[in-house]
Amino acid sequence: MRGALKYCGVGTFVWSTVLAYNAETLKTPPTGWADFWDVKKFPGKRGLRKGAHYNVEFALMADGVPPQDVYKVLATPEGVDRAFKKLDEIKPYVQWWEAGAQPPQMLSAGDVVMSAAYNGRIDAAQREGRPLKVVWNQSVYDFDYWVIPVGSPNKDQAIEFIRYASSPKAQAAYSQHIAYGPISKEAIGMLKPDVLANVPNSPANARNALFNDLEFWTDHGEELEQRFTAWAAR
Amino acid sequence: MDTTFDDPAAIRRAMQAAQRRRTWRALLLVGPLALFLLAVFVIPIAALLTRAADNPEVIETLPRTLQALSGWDGSSEPPDAAFRALAQDLEHAKNTPAAGELARRLNYEISGYRSLIFKTLRRMPIEAADDADARAQITALDKRWTEPAYWAVIASNDRAWTPYYLLASLDLKLDANGHVVAVPPNTSAFQEIFSRTFVISLVVTLVTLVLGYPLAYWITRLPKRHANLILICVLIPFWTSVLVRIAAWVVLLQREGLINSALGGLGLISDPLPLLFNRLGVYIAMVHILLPFMVLPLYSVMQSVPPSYQRAAISLGSHPFAAFWRVYVPQTYPGIAAGSLLVFIIAIGYYITPALLGGAGDQMISYYVAYFTNQTINWGMASALGLILLAATLLLYGLYRRISGRELALN
Repeated sequence: MRGALKYCGVGTFVWSTVLAYNAETLKTPPTGWADFWDVKKFPGKRGLRKGAHYNVEFALMADGVPPQDVYKVLATPEGVDRAFKKLDEIKPYVQWWEAGAQPPQMLSAGDVVMSAAYNGRIDAAQREGRPLKVVWNQSVYDFDYWVIPVGSPNKDQAIEFIRYASSPKAQAAYSQHIAYGPISKEAIGMLKPDVLANVPNSPANARNALFNDLEFWTDHGEELEQRFTAWAAR
Repeated sequence: MDTTFDDPAAIRRAMQAAQRRRTWRALLLVGPLALFLLAVFVIPIAALLTRAADNPEVIETLPRTLQALSGWDGSSEPPDAAFRALAQDLEHAKNTPAAGELARRLNYEISGYRSLIFKTLRRMPIEAADDADARAQITALDKRWTEPAYWAVIASNDRAWTPYYLLASLDLKLDANGHVVAVPPNTSAFQEIFSRTFVISLVVTLVTLVLGYPLAYWITRLPKRHANLILICVLIPFWTSVLVRIAAWVVLLQREGLINSALGGLGLISDPLPLLFNRLGVYIAMVHILLPFMVLPLYSVMQSVPPSYQRAAISLGSHPFAAFWRVYVPQTYPGIAAGSLLVFIIAIGYYITPALLGGAGDQMISYYVAYFTNQTINWGMASALGLILLAATLLLYGLYRRISGRELALN
């Protein structure tokens, strides 16, 4: 799968940052980030992670940029201005979170009507019976990677382990326990429909999703986070 | 006659020996503490503060490149030799931690430099016939290497020290001509965050003084037994973990919390008051946490003020308030000064309270120090912010001493 193999890492699983909402408080389900920004149609506070990453992508998608063009637009100074201008609109309605455990809590308690959230956390809350829902449209998915530190004394076992963990069988088994997606197409084919419905990179869920651009954030992360800090501090 | 009387030098020697023994004993007594402080306090702080200007990455990792660029004017095409030197330096740095540090350092100056370095590193080593061939190969790897700006960044970091972090901490930078200029608006807000830090600390100090002074005064007027009881009440929260107290404030202040539901239940408010995740919540919790630091110095000073002075003033015809204001209060100045200074200096470094109870616009400078150490691993920025905070605090302390004309003292 694209992005699963890197120069210095092998994909562990696929996770996603999604729009999540409480189905008990929101009777009409939101469909994407444009709805997240629509405070008239969906009054109430929203949760966003305190940081530039994901929020600038969400802002551009809310502003009508299709997922495949988001990083092209963000690479230009005008695109960055556009994202922050869009974030200005929603700033008074945002409750910022920092830890992944916060959004399910905030959604369950009714502090916010919708929130950006890590899909694994929402999945865990759903398994506890909470009425939380995920909007897969315009979600941002990403890999976690296995890496071996230089000089590791157990390099051979580590490689052996990564080989096992990356096997389709192990990958498919993993997805049953938490809604993280497998790193290979073969493993996706092995998932049962009810598991497949909740993983970020199933064909249906990834159809209009954005693949996080690691290179973009490696280069522009510091600059954008610094700008976000300045923006949020005002 | 006494023999020592005959020989004053012997007396002097004996006294000097006794003095030496005393000095040695004193040194032995404070020695362990002094060593401890040196090892865990003075040296680490000094080491961290030097990181605010430390700039080893380029000179250590790209020495040949710097040498090749030494005569270059910084704006024209860099010499061919620089390309070959860069290839040699990067080949040398490949697969060492120094390569990552170099890439990170250069990326501070031009976004995208990090991936440029890594991309180039992966293609190392290259077989170059001569300097011109090295140039052709490297510029073919990435066309950014044809832009002088990328080379100028390397050339400008040819010293072991840089003002970069300290300037960035004040929203400033050096432009291409070496002049200090402001960074573009909207990209940095440290000046504002510093002034916010001082404003919050000042407000907290004033509020604790206004609340703590009458309390301390009242305690000194109470019989000893009652006074001790009240002091314990002041101290109990002081003995509770700060995190626990902050969590308690979250429970009290939140939207559906005790305060809002009580006010709503009494019919005083229809919508819950926003008490949490804003400046008000930060002030409430910080004042609560820092109040003992104000009350205790005030109380210790007030206890030593004889009540007879105030009574004498009244018996000599002074209005009771004037007697309080002009006779009593001036005698408590050392307590006010000590308490205010203590509260202000502790408040200035507050991190966890604003982080948990404040909004994005209420974070103090420590939050950003933590941000740079934990999240972006930018020790230079973290140290520079800390250095500026320390310098500003020392400056304020100096000002305070200038104005009050005395050392900090509790008696």
